[in-house]
Amino acid sequence: MELSGSEIIIQFLKDEGVKHIFGYPGGAVLHIYDALHKQNDVEHILVRHEQGASHAADGYARATGKPGVCLVTSGPGATNAITGIATAYMDSIPLVVLTGQVPSHVIGQDAFQEVDAVGVSRPCVKHNFLVKDLSKLAETLKKAFYVATTGRPGPVVVDIPKDITAPHIKIPYEYPTKVEMRSYNPNFKGHPRQIKRAVELLLSAKRPIIYTGGGIIMDNASQELRDFVRKLGYPITQTLMGLGAFPGTDPQFIGMLGMHGTYEANMAMHECDVMICIGARFDDRITGVTSTFAPYAQIIHVDIDPASISKTINADIPIVGGARQVLTEMLKQIDNSDAQVDQSALDSWWKTIKSWQSQESFAYEKKAGLIQPQEAVEELYKVTKGEAYITSDVGQHQMYAAQFYPFDEPRRWFNSGGLGTMGYGLPAAMGVKLAFPDKDVACITGEGSIQMCIQELSTCLQYDLHVKIINLNNRYLGMVRQWQEFFYEKRYSHVYMDSLPDFVKLAEAYGHVGIRVDDPKDLNDAMKEAFKLKDRTVFLDIITDQEANVYPMISAGKAHNEMDISPLQQAKQAELKKKGELV
Amino acid sequence: MRHIISLLVENEAGALSRISGLFSARGYNIESLTVATTEDQTLSRMTIITTGSDRIIEQITKQLNKLVDVVKLQDITEGNFIEREMMFVKVKAEGDTQRGEVKRLSDIFRARIIDVTDTTFCIELTGSGSKLDAYIKALHENNIVEVVRSGSMGILRGEKALTL
Repeated sequence: MELSGSEIIIQFLKDEGVKHIFGYPGGAVLHIYDALHKQNDVEHILVRHEQGASHAADGYARATGKPGVCLVTSGPGATNAITGIATAYMDSIPLVVLTGQVPSHVIGQDAFQEVDAVGVSRPCVKHNFLVKDLSKLAETLKKAFYVATTGRPGPVVVDIPKDITAPHIKIPYEYPTKVEMRSYNPNFKGHPRQIKRAVELLLSAKRPIIYTGGGIIMDNASQELRDFVRKLGYPITQTLMGLGAFPGTDPQFIGMLGMHGTYEANMAMHECDVMICIGARFDDRITGVTSTFAPYAQIIHVDIDPASISKTINADIPIVGGARQVLTEMLKQIDNSDAQVDQSALDSWWKTIKSWQSQESFAYEKKAGLIQPQEAVEELYKVTKGEAYITSDVGQHQMYAAQFYPFDEPRRWFNSGGLGTMGYGLPAAMGVKLAFPDKDVACITGEGSIQMCIQELSTCLQYDLHVKIINLNNRYLGMVRQWQEFFYEKRYSHVYMDSLPDFVKLAEAYGHVGIRVDDPKDLNDAMKEAFKLKDRTVFLDIITDQEANVYPMISAGKAHNEMDISPLQQAKQAELKKKGELV
Repeated sequence: MRHIISLLVENEAGALSRISGLFSARGYNIESLTVATTEDQTLSRMTIITTGSDRIIEQITKQLNKLVDVVKLQDITEGNFIEREMMFVKVKAEGDTQRGEVKRLSDIFRARIIDVTDTTFCIELTGSGSKLDAYIKALHENNIVEVVRSGSMGILRGEKALTL
């Protein structure tokens, strides 16, 4: 089959099984868009800004486990996509981003809409390619998908000069079924002897903790993790990225850990004697100050990426391997081991954890006539029966979502954990909705974040992507305000969102439904109404308490056992102490 | 500690910037970096001299290994190795006394004079970094016109080798 470069790109995407791509046309990709126009197998979603394209592809990838694909033009098209690429890079999400480039013969001459896309994207991609030769196009695309989806996944940029896609130059095309890259070997299998040592250590534990992250979800290892945790009976905590891998409503789950994690999860991390970390990377938002991190613990670290092991926290037993393979092997070895879980030690450990739990670290005070952001998320959980697919932006609302919407399944919770990208939520929700049109998809956001990619409301209308926007509107950049309250003596520098738009009218202007709620007693009806409108995008503008704070909180330079706790928890602690019920 | 990391990388545009970019992005030290193709035209051999604690060196080697363009890598300071650096020095050489002195000094260091004018010598010298330092120190500072150093190269002694 003789095809032009543009036709090769489209045919390759078909052969690779790509159903949807997110993009925005422009001069350097005109040939490719012409080839797209002539077929119906690959559906193109026209976003309103290239940042939306990369976030939507990212949401699609997280929801499906398949790589997300974007197509953008050269210059500003490529640079606009960068934020989404960097977001995917930090969270290890497989993306393939095709960027148009000016024709080969003018590269380097500061041509119109020229930017060194390979150079600009280099620090935030797993790998990138510049296609210099039409005969290498199909092979390069195959390599891009292979690199993006294997090992520790990540975004790959393929920069394609316009002349490579010229319609009149045709070459034979055959789908490359094999990839050969001598310098890239992503298949790590956990070393059996290390796994044996890890199992021995785990079974000898008196105060064990299982700490898992996004790697479990990425490697589709949820079932293996559930078997592992239940077999041992140990407490498990999950990172922001790992929520849903183990059911959020299961009693063995002691909540998210880290800066805004539960009191019990962070205390258990501090006091444990054996910690197994699987598919997480001891990020600074997890560890707090590293010098006093888990001072009594022997640490087992399982990760597919050798560079993640002993990067910030030294691992006593490092295991390089995929979560699923290592967990399967560990389960086998636990069954074959002579050693047993020390049940009496475990019982007393659980008793300690329960006493931490009884302090109710997420407790907040409801107020008549004033919606607390936490209760809005709780109401959303009730109305959707905990079954919605939830995306979030970044800030207080993101933490409330993670704290008050427990996920029982993986690939239900989508947020920018590593990069912390405001503007992620809405386009990501579009990607999720496109992948699962029959599911309820909600974007929990704030009036600050939503305005960073608000233009995508237009895309929602064009493609019938009926997502529900849950806007926790406190008229403040809430998380920044919280820090200014705690650490800058309430000097609220540039966090008041003055001159906010009327979000109800704005939603209507985009052709959607807008609903405003400002009283707690109307919350349930408004939510129900929003989800009843199956074939409409609904913007729920929820006016919340302006000065609500996220608790507990580990401040900079503090350890896990030095959390700032809410006034309510302080009161509860005092009460329990009086009754002698604190362990 | 000072380490010499030898790498075989794909001989492709961008490989060098990926590696140097890694060092700057993650704040690793880089004392010198040399690169050229090998007998296999698809491969470049790179020598990086870097310093850092064991923990940092471990991270550097892991992060380098993660780069798709890096085919193979070895910290040769872990074994028995040879290290050499090459240098060109252009010095003022006017009048018999000065010319004679530079010539004698070069003989002592086993340096070679490779270009001569009425007023200058160009000298080539190969050796360890400290030998090159010593030679520069021995020359009168005022006489030096320019110094060009290659950065160090390293190779393992014996039968061990960094090959595919």
